[in-house]
Amino acid sequence: MSYQANFRVWRGDSSGGSLEPYQVEVNEGEVVLDIVHRLQATQAPDLAVRWNCKAGKCGSCSAEVNGRPRLLCMTRMSTLPADEPVTITPMRTFPVLRDLVTDVSFNYTKAREVPSFVPPPDLKPGQYRMQQEDVNRSQEFRKCIECFLCQNTCHVVRDHEENKPAFSGPRFLMRVAELDMHPLDAAAEGGLDRKRSAQEEHGLGMCNITKCCTEVCPEHIKITDNALIPLKERAVDRKYDPLVWLGSVIRRRK
Amino acid sequence: MTTEIRPPQQPGEPQSAAAPSGPAPGRGVHSPGRAAIAARHLRTDRWWASPALTGFGLLAFIGYSTWRAFFGLHTAYAAPYVSPFYSPCLAANCPAMKSGADWALFGSWWQLSPALIVLIFPLGFRLTCYYYRKAYYRAFWSSPPACAVAEPHASYSGETRFPLILQNIHRYFFYFAIVVAGILTYDAVLAWRNPAGQWGHAGVGTLVLLANIVLIWAYTLSCHSCRHIVGGRLRHFSKHPVRYRMWNLVGKLNARHMQLAWASLISVGVADLYVYLLASGAFTDPRIF
Ligand code: SF4
Ligand code: SF4
Ligand code: FES
Ligand code: FES
Repeated sequence: MSYQANFRVWRGDSSGGSLEPYQVEVNEGEVVLDIVHRLQATQAPDLAVRWNCKAGKCGSCSAEVNGRPRLLCMTRMSTLPADEPVTITPMRTFPVLRDLVTDVSFNYTKAREVPSFVPPPDLKPGQYRMQQEDVNRSQEFRKCIECFLCQNTCHVVRDHEENKPAFSGPRFLMRVAELDMHPLDAAAEGGLDRKRSAQEEHGLGMCNITKCCTEVCPEHIKITDNALIPLKERAVDRKYDPLVWLGSVIRRRK
Repeated sequence: MTTEIRPPQQPGEPQSAAAPSGPAPGRGVHSPGRAAIAARHLRTDRWWASPALTGFGLLAFIGYSTWRAFFGLHTAYAAPYVSPFYSPCLAANCPAMKSGADWALFGSWWQLSPALIVLIFPLGFRLTCYYYRKAYYRAFWSSPPACAVAEPHASYSGETRFPLILQNIHRYFFYFAIVVAGILTYDAVLAWRNPAGQWGHAGVGTLVLLANIVLIWAYTLSCHSCRHIVGGRLRHFSKHPVRYRMWNLVGKLNARHMQLAWASLISVGVADLYVYLLASGAFTDPRIF
């Protein structure tokens, strides 16, 4: 079954742009990315879109469909109302390069700010031994395909450009959580307290756990429940536990 | 139905006056450099339904419980059942409860409703709960109203400053919540009596209190702080098999935390309403045995 569907696609660049109307054929089983490709093939050869795998695994084709952050290649046309125009825009948190392509380098900057895994001093590579139950939690976070839809949706930076320097975003707070839960990470021995730096350097306190990152994650990672809230609890251990605080005051007196 | 396609702009080229441009650069999704789209959001689904429903549910409960907490003293006990809003009763002006949690720790100078003394704890527990925070930030504070719907606030600091930084004390309310749940369990045990105080009897009210206490425990134990305390804070689950199992169990409940938050909120209200109706003589408790 195929039909003609109406689309509104954002065309433009950093100097301006607008939603342009198109009518395109849609066939059974197609996803939004198929339509964008048909548009390129028939009506708009210079329409810019970023994509790679068309299988929901490379994380390249992030955009917004009818106002919702999605992977273009994983959004079936059959899930969208056929009688209304479908609106496709680039992600609205990052600077736009052209049409549907945004500049996501904010995320690479934030990735570099998270200190990497610290190898345990007494073990050589190849000698690492870990129990499955100790790595289950981080394995969930490892499903991340770096599509940055969570970063795009998080209202802390989406609605407040000025928060970008201070906030790493759900993807990279999750990275901090992953390393803090890692059974062999030796950061603490080297004097790096990841629980504390999550809050003091990566802006964990700005997250108000409203779960939009979890809602849009195409890998269905429970970012808020399994990474952000546990990380907040770990920060409480360090910073707001009166017993711990009292202990540190007494120790300082001595 | 193609529209005209403009040549791509060269970097550094002055912005051409002919280029269709969006609204004047502003904040949030209208910040300079982002795709120029005038609408605050482009969602076409009913994104407002969920915050509206949440807000309505919370307001309804706040209204009902405020009325009952201030004016419910004389309808707080209908032997053998006590309303969960009035237990434990820590002032001297409580209704006589047969061996109930009635300890006049506050003495007789307390003239207000005794419910106000104890309700601070469940109120604080739920106010700082990670789920309720999400619910009221979205429903009452529009921060954000829904995902990818721009929030109306000019600035945002999340939970980094006073007063919201106080949300971090949630785990202490959790400890109090354990005590409160323990006392309500005691009340539910006392409900296995008849109005004259003899054991081994039950009425519909017994089942109401029983359902309530099961849901209260499920909600309390599914708390994120509980999950952290029983095992989440560990790095090596393999070295703590018992805590690992507890963490797994709490995790299963925790995945349902939102549902349990609502179910237990409703059950507390229903249990109180049931006692109110009995105490005000609207009907008599149907006895089972
Ligand atoms: S839960 Fe926190 S990190 Fe995730 S979208 Fe909401 S505010 Fe951002
Ligand atoms: S956590 Fe999910 S939404 Fe965020 S970048 Fe990874 S896969 Fe994408
Ligand atoms: S093209 Fe790879 S995720 Fe969509
Ligand atoms: S009670 Fe909801 S998180 Fe603790």
